[in-house]
Amino acid sequence: MADAPPAYLDHAASTPLRPEARDAMVDVLDRSFANPSGAHAAARAARQLVDESREIVAEAVGARPGEVVFTSGGTEADNLAVTGVAAARPGPVLCSAVEHPAVAEPARHAGGGPVPVDRLGRVDLDALEAMLEPAAGGPGVALVSVMAANNEVGTVQPLDAVAEAVRRLQPAAALHTDAVQAVPWLDVAVVAAGFDLVSLSAHKFGGPKGVGALVVRGGLPLTPLLRGGGQERARRSGTENVVGIVGLAAALSATVAERADTVRRVAAQRDRLADGLVAAVPGLVETGVARRADGGADRRHKVAGACHVCIDGIESESLLFLLEEAGVHASAASACASGAVEPSPVLAAMGVPRSAARGALRLSLGATTTDADVDRALAAVPAAVDRLRRFS
Amino acid sequence: MRVLVALSGGVDSSVAAARLVEQGHDVTGVTLRLWGGASDTGCCSVADVEDARRVAQQLGIAHHVFNLSDEFEAHVVGPYVADHQAGRTPNPCIECNRHLKFDALLRRAEALGFDRVATGHHARVVVAADGRRRVGRGADRAKDQSYVLHVLDQDALGRVLFPVGELGKAGVRADAARLGLRTAAKPDSQDVCFITSAGGRRAFLGERIPLRPAEVRDARGTVVGRTEAVELVTIGQRKGLGLAGGTSPRYVVDVSVPDVGDGATPVVTVGARHDLLVDTVALDGLAWSAGPVAGPVQAQCSAHGAPATARVEGATVRWDRPQRRVARGQSVVLYVDDLVVGGGFAA
Repeated sequence: MADAPPAYLDHAASTPLRPEARDAMVDVLDRSFANPSGAHAAARAARQLVDESREIVAEAVGARPGEVVFTSGGTEADNLAVTGVAAARPGPVLCSAVEHPAVAEPARHAGGGPVPVDRLGRVDLDALEAMLEPAAGGPGVALVSVMAANNEVGTVQPLDAVAEAVRRLQPAAALHTDAVQAVPWLDVAVVAAGFDLVSLSAHKFGGPKGVGALVVRGGLPLTPLLRGGGQERARRSGTENVVGIVGLAAALSATVAERADTVRRVAAQRDRLADGLVAAVPGLVETGVARRADGGADRRHKVAGACHVCIDGIESESLLFLLEEAGVHASAASACASGAVEPSPVLAAMGVPRSAARGALRLSLGATTTDADVDRALAAVPAAVDRLRRFS
Repeated sequence: MRVLVALSGGVDSSVAAARLVEQGHDVTGVTLRLWGGASDTGCCSVADVEDARRVAQQLGIAHHVFNLSDEFEAHVVGPYVADHQAGRTPNPCIECNRHLKFDALLRRAEALGFDRVATGHHARVVVAADGRRRVGRGADRAKDQSYVLHVLDQDALGRVLFPVGELGKAGVRADAARLGLRTAAKPDSQDVCFITSAGGRRAFLGERIPLRPAEVRDARGTVVGRTEAVELVTIGQRKGLGLAGGTSPRYVVDVSVPDVGDGATPVVTVGARHDLLVDTVALDGLAWSAGPVAGPVQAQCSAHGAPATARVEGATVRWDRPQRRVARGQSVVLYVDDLVVGGGFAA
């Protein structure tokens, strides 16, 4: 057991590089170093790699190639969306109370306010509508940003209903969704169809770190964060990260091709994991799930890889330590720059008491998760909790 | 042994960890995140965590960060503010050792399966002939930290290691340089970690409690000056009291702070230097390292102050020669032959 590789259950933090992405990137590293903006054959070859990647991404997320802007990752994509719109037009910025800091922080900087969520972590549509009521005289809402799936608890937002409310009450507002966590699980081309701006991050779906994309539909006016040589149609200057872009596209097309199978398989693993933990550990509550009529957990509004629990009477840091010793790599999902576990604003917004949030544990599954990984977590978590409770 | 070493990001704890690794222990590093607010000297900035992490990487040991900021607020910062408001002079480092490093961290280490917790304190654990343990002074008298460790009881003393207590500061720095640790030349931290040098106590306390003006009176009760914040006045202070220039220097010999809301004006009493001298100091919250002690001791009233000889009579320390009055709330630590035998707060 000790010699087996650790069970990696932190896919919401990052995913292993897919072989398709690795192979494509190694090929580019070996063959193509030129600047895509050049006027010679080597440059044209690099340009072709970027153009082909852009088409692959556009196809996968339901956009036109010219609407795909490559960035340095999800955080830049989110910042470009929020800050880029806020700088281009007047009016308030609204985002859900459970956004990733990459959205929440630029939104706060732009004077934005959070839209409350229910106890499952879904945007409170009544509250959203009230915040969208046109104010007499003032400018209309500039931007509404609601993530596709949450990074901590995995809640899928009702994006159709959000888009409908925004279009009805604030037809001029731009709509952004951070789809960084959604790509492995949801068809972004469908769920984000009504959104003007969509953020992606390669390393959340088997691509490399340091590359992402923002879909900017229909020539939406956007003030760039980075000015310079005018690459990416002047929406994001800087020589293209050709290797990363190729890796992103390869990972994305492989992920999309296998998605239906992955979701089916991982959802069953996740259900076994979550149901098993609830049964084995007294005082363990699965976060953000509804109840079925038969008493079981209804996880239809969560992405397939998400298992999040709060465990009474222990704290996350010690639990993670013991889980690591038992060969399970997991997360509390909420850390500060130093690496310390912090109280989660997402759980607070969902109404989880701070005392319960202290014992938060996120086990996030992915395309490479095995049944043995699940078995290992099912053995390790109850044992670790037992030990911590004995010593508390 | 499995040892959890507290890495502050400073040179002492870096060398403590290195020595444990060299001794062949199974060592894990942990940095405590205690304070999220402003700090310039302290132990929890991201830069210090980075130093600690890098040292752990150099030593090939795992490094974790434990967030104990709620406990720090509850047991250190909150009482620090309340003590000032009540006219007491707290020592937050002692409370941090009492409640954080040698309670919360010790308990957590035990739950995680560690045999010992180590820190970079300059002190020693000495086992007496009767098998009882006591805190002994560090080999480097100028860096000795036994004063702030006097709260350790037998249970804690049996579970801690101070690997640099035998080394002088120069030895620590030489070890760090020999090992190529990036903290080798890092300056020592000073003062209270959660108070910035720019704002000082005034800014820190002023953000948390209303600072109250006080009348300054002489021994006869005549008002001779005013001060803006009684919370910032301590026994023995000479400056900042609004006193007119006079014949001889006058010192704060008493600080009287009524309860908040009682409406009375706080009073600071000043007097001549000899008015500061007292024969005894009574102790509150007296705790013994290994059972009560009576008779001759050396008593030390600040972290690096010189100890003075005295006799313990119950909960009272009777000085052999009159000593400067000890501010209420300040810790008085009792030693016999350079071993801590107990300590308490000046009443």
